[in-house]
Amino acid sequence: MKDSIVIRITGDSGDGVQLVGEQLTITAALAGHDVRTLPDFPAEIRALAGTVAGVSGFQLAMAEQIIFTAGESLDVLVALNPAAIKSALQFLNHGGLLIVNEDSLSKKDWEKDGLDASYLDDVSEQYQIIKIPLITNTLATQEGLELSLTQAKKAKNFYVLGLVLWLFDLKPDHCIDFIHKKFKSDVALQQANELALKAGYNFALTIELSRQEYMLGHVEREIGEYRQITGVESIALAAATIATETQSPLLVAGYPITPASAILHECAKLEAFGVELLQAEDEIAAICACIGASFGGSLVFTCTSGPGLDLKSESLGLAVITELPLVVIDVQRAGASTGLPTKTEQADLNQALYGRHGDAPLPVFAPITPADCFHTLIMAFTIATKYMTPVIILMDAYLANAAEPWKIPDIDSLELPDLCYNQSTEPYQRNEWLGRSWNKPGSKGYIHQIGGLEKDSKTGKVSYDPANHAEMVALRAAKIAGIAREYESIIIEGNEKADTLVIGWGSTYGSLKSAVNECNQEGVAVAHLQLRHLNPMPNDLEQYLKQYKHVLVAELNTGQLCQLIRSTYLIDAQPIAQSSGLPFSTSYLVDRIKEVVLNGGCHD
Amino acid sequence: MTNHPLTRKDFSNDNDVRWCPGCGDYAILAALQKALPEIGLPPEQHVFVSGIGCAGRLPYYMNAYGLHTIHGRAAAVATGLKAMRDDLNVWVISGDGDALSIGGNHLIHCLRRNVNLTILLINNQVYGLTKGQFSPTSKAGQVTKTSPRGVSSQPMNPLALALSSGATFVARSIDKDPAHLANILKLANQHQGCSLVEIYQDCHIFKAGAFDAFSQKNNRAENTIVLEENAVLAYGKEGESALSFDGDIPIIKENGSTELHKHDPSNFMAAMRLSQLSFPEFPVPVGVYYQSSRPVYQFSNKVKKERSDLLDLFRSKAS
Repeated sequence: MKDSIVIRITGDSGDGVQLVGEQLTITAALAGHDVRTLPDFPAEIRALAGTVAGVSGFQLAMAEQIIFTAGESLDVLVALNPAAIKSALQFLNHGGLLIVNEDSLSKKDWEKDGLDASYLDDVSEQYQIIKIPLITNTLATQEGLELSLTQAKKAKNFYVLGLVLWLFDLKPDHCIDFIHKKFKSDVALQQANELALKAGYNFALTIELSRQEYMLGHVEREIGEYRQITGVESIALAAATIATETQSPLLVAGYPITPASAILHECAKLEAFGVELLQAEDEIAAICACIGASFGGSLVFTCTSGPGLDLKSESLGLAVITELPLVVIDVQRAGASTGLPTKTEQADLNQALYGRHGDAPLPVFAPITPADCFHTLIMAFTIATKYMTPVIILMDAYLANAAEPWKIPDIDSLELPDLCYNQSTEPYQRNEWLGRSWNKPGSKGYIHQIGGLEKDSKTGKVSYDPANHAEMVALRAAKIAGIAREYESIIIEGNEKADTLVIGWGSTYGSLKSAVNECNQEGVAVAHLQLRHLNPMPNDLEQYLKQYKHVLVAELNTGQLCQLIRSTYLIDAQPIAQSSGLPFSTSYLVDRIKEVVLNGGCHD
Repeated sequence: MTNHPLTRKDFSNDNDVRWCPGCGDYAILAALQKALPEIGLPPEQHVFVSGIGCAGRLPYYMNAYGLHTIHGRAAAVATGLKAMRDDLNVWVISGDGDALSIGGNHLIHCLRRNVNLTILLINNQVYGLTKGQFSPTSKAGQVTKTSPRGVSSQPMNPLALALSSGATFVARSIDKDPAHLANILKLANQHQGCSLVEIYQDCHIFKAGAFDAFSQKNNRAENTIVLEENAVLAYGKEGESALSFDGDIPIIKENGSTELHKHDPSNFMAAMRLSQLSFPEFPVPVGVYYQSSRPVYQFSNKVKKERSDLLDLFRSKAS
């Protein structure tokens, strides 16, 4: 038995690969495996079929112990056409299993990607290759059903799913239930997909596909009830939790943009839970609607990606000066400009921290795993309302789509926002944390006018007084700096007595943890700190930084946090930077860390 | 509701009003404060949301909740507020640059959604707060600081834009006719749906007297048509003339002629025709051009679920 196995299923973006991946993930989790996934879809919705531009992939790692990444080299590759083979074969381990669709391997199919039909012959000795006439076999199962040829062919993704289920010793029951639910309005499609699934399963069984090495034991994890959760689902569930538990409707406003739109899709299902969705005419309108609703006393968030964050900058400044609570979720993608819209990056950090004119500080948080997004959104709302401030949450394309098991929380243990209105008749009177009084329209005796003009620190009326402006700039900064008191103590993982500390932030947690574990197992001592809070920085960070001889900052940009740590704490932190649009691979991180530790420093 | 009858004083505050002497905004503020007591809601039920521009300061001068936002975005801000707080009476205060240039997108979508707001589009054909550049409603040839040889493009038609965007209440009034303005503001606010009132306003500094040819007390009768439902489009010192239409072609007739066009605010095409009239060739219609009814943009704003439902939702993908 192996510790973990990694499979990637790839095909055209219209092949239903994501659906197969999702169902495989749920089934694997139901069987008690730990799972991590990495969907990878192209920027084009339906690029020319059979070309590399249109390849859509879904990678899944499953293991019997807790794992932290979706793996980087593949044990099994299911590739539905030559383009899929071409783009993913490089990741398949030598001796790995390659399953291909024989029906799409004609000379013409190969030529579409400029490949020779003998491509597979040349590599056949390196892999275990199984060719299946996928379309032919799928169509054979559909005889007698009243379906068009196109509909019948479409069932091929369930044929693949059946095959893979058998390969990994997973029962088909859950997937059959899923088919029944998904196609409940069309009996013919229901039958077609179920037959295809069973046929795939039986085909694998009949040809006795070697599955010995792909079977796993069961994971041991903390007792409790678990489900699979993606970053996007975490956000939507947190929104539903906040609205339901506070019994206050929550506004989600957004404008379609990849990859943040997925949050809108999830939230659209939650109206009964008090989550109200407003699809605005543009990114600016989305955040402005939030500001208006926040002035009205409602909880609000807007989500965006890439250029959308630029468009929200001016409005964020208004939220800073009017001191209105709102949350902006930025699902970072690779930039600049349109960049690589479906790929991941952490390059919006500087924009989140500084991207507004004038001194306009606000808190910036970064969840570290898909499930952590749930708690991060709740914390963001708690901070936003207590301190009366906008908050930015930095997710990224990887975190949004990746999945992990999530222990269903005890709702009583959650620290939900405590909504207090009309604390003082003067809107700019402050609580002990410097949060101002949130005075709700409709309340007699609390009438006030606020806006983008500087406000008198006492009365909240418009003030052009120089000393008052200086006081307000300092006050807004002090208010945000004080938020660090809310954080839990920093946790150093790995070997905390090592000379070298690796710092990461946000979604790189899994890769860094795996890399640090691997280093420590190999006798290369490394400590690891994953930051969730980028502004303000944790109060206890400095003391830890000073304990280590070498500090490395790993991030998916050109070194933005590294620069910040260098300038703030005056230490010689060094970057591990990557800007490829992909998550870190463990091996890359291990190599980079070893370079530093074994060479005794960053500078040779 | 308040115990005493509401008066203008209930809607005034002690903030210093800082518009230039002679600014038409004073008259608009006064007309609002006249209309509000008649609407009958107490001050705390009203919210004034403004953008940037001279008119943007208006919320500071009202005893009502006020939010002075950023350039062009007042309609978007008000949309979010009204969507979540249907109990409030929300007004949008905007100008020609604010609503039609930088905020054009928000305006058309606000009208399209039919958000139940009252939008005051205060049109003075110039950028005032930035000290005299041409605006989207400046006339071709208008000389400003940024158009020393005259504006080269044609101006926007705010009423035609509002109609084609799906506005359900479209009206026009003039700062120099405060009684008419107060009445139109009241009607606009009472309308269920998105109302747009274009107010011709005199910028005393950068476009002084822009509308004087028809807006003055002594020339208004000859040059404006006060639109009344089911009435002919009469004007003139003694009401002796009437505007009518031959198909889509406007024609001027003697009042009392047969088959004169009568104003029907529910007739969209008639409103469009009226919006196309240009002065001085034709008199300027003021009043309600168009009014219709369709569903307003609204959320349920009810949390129908409780903790047990939440736990079921959590478990929907349980393992």
